[in-house]
Amino acid sequence: MATVFNINTGSHTPIYAQITHQARHAVLTGRLKVGDQLPSVRALAEELVVNPNTVARAYAELSREGLLESRAGRGVFITQKRKVFSRAEGWRRLEPQLHALIGEAMTLDFTPEELREAFEEQLGKWKKTKGGE
Amino acid sequence: MSELPVIQTRGLTKYFGRKCAVDGLNLEVPRGCVFAFLGRNGSGKTTTIRMLMGLVPPTHGSGTILGHDIRALTPEVRARIGYLTEEHQLYGWMNVRESGEFQSKFFPKWNAKIYHSVVGHFALKPDAKVKDLSRGERAGLCLALTLAPEPELLMLDDPGLGLDPVARRALIESMIYLTRKSDRTIFFSSHHLSDVERVADYIAVFDRSVLRAACPLGTFQECVRQFRLRFAGTPPALPKINGLLQAIRTEGELRVTCVHANRETENTLRSLLPLEMETLPLGLEDAFINYLGERGEKTFILSEMEAKQ
Repeated sequence: MATVFNINTGSHTPIYAQITHQARHAVLTGRLKVGDQLPSVRALAEELVVNPNTVARAYAELSREGLLESRAGRGVFITQKRKVFSRAEGWRRLEPQLHALIGEAMTLDFTPEELREAFEEQLGKWKKTKGGE
Repeated sequence: MSELPVIQTRGLTKYFGRKCAVDGLNLEVPRGCVFAFLGRNGSGKTTTIRMLMGLVPPTHGSGTILGHDIRALTPEVRARIGYLTEEHQLYGWMNVRESGEFQSKFFPKWNAKIYHSVVGHFALKPDAKVKDLSRGERAGLCLALTLAPEPELLMLDDPGLGLDPVARRALIESMIYLTRKSDRTIFFSSHHLSDVERVADYIAVFDRSVLRAACPLGTFQECVRQFRLRFAGTPPALPKINGLLQAIRTEGELRVTCVHANRETENTLRSLLPLEMETLPLGLEDAFINYLGERGEKTFILSEMEAKQ
């Protein structure tokens, strides 16, 4: 289960944020499911060779978002993902990635039409794997 | 933090002849943290550590370590501090086991289990002669000798110096293992920012004898930001910006790195009417290099620690 995390030093993303990003991503893609247990703060810190306070900070943030739950004496578990960001905040987080994607596509000489098609195709695949939600 | 800091200095200063090595250092190291002491070569880190250990008398200013005046440290206080220097002192004719047995005689509290686990972690053979050890193996042995007495405070002066990546990782793992005891403090100097990023709670940045930042690691990373502004032609002249560290102009682009950027900073930059402007967070290494680069302002200190107290 802990293979979900992969830490890169020297990145402009701080280590705690790498952990939160990767946990969110793993939940979104189904690699982590509701009820799955995560290593304790101490265990993950020793496994990733990072300061335990860094892991604690990441877990605290994920708990605030409702992604994680700490059950006394039992460990840390993935809980039902509740919607935590406002729509505006969601857009604020999404926009840089859209921006980067479109920039990259234009640099590689894709036309807007091709990009739209690719987008539709990927969305179609996504719907299938998520059971047509 | 209500507890007394493990290390506290006020205006700590050292001159060697007319050369100032440490200039008016005010530093506080909270108990139980991993504190990284950063700075370029010759910036005064080792002199500071030696003053804190009572090995070099300050020219003026004061300091305490574990609550005791650094000018009058007793052997009892020193025994509570594990001090690892750049130059490891070992006896070449002893083997690994004998080195441990010899060292243990000097310490009433000697945890042989720790000694063996660190020695094992660095894959040292008990009967290997010290003189035949590689640089990384010697470092491992020194670390084992420093950790076995279970010091409250570890003072590691550039422990990663000259180690290969594998040995450095073993060192970092040992440091993280040590944080299992929550009241133990680790103070270390280093040039390996990737290691610092992994283990440090706090960093202090020293530059040419002066302390220029002391804050949580995350704060440092968050405070240093780079803006990239694109222009159709040559970028316009830069107006005054508070906390400016570096401004690099290239054809059609202006890159501005500053600390404590806020709405005002952004507005000032937007008033230059760039075609496009983006904000980039910097990695620790880039942030550090920008922070200590030649071009920046040298007048501010990041100190969230003081603000919290």
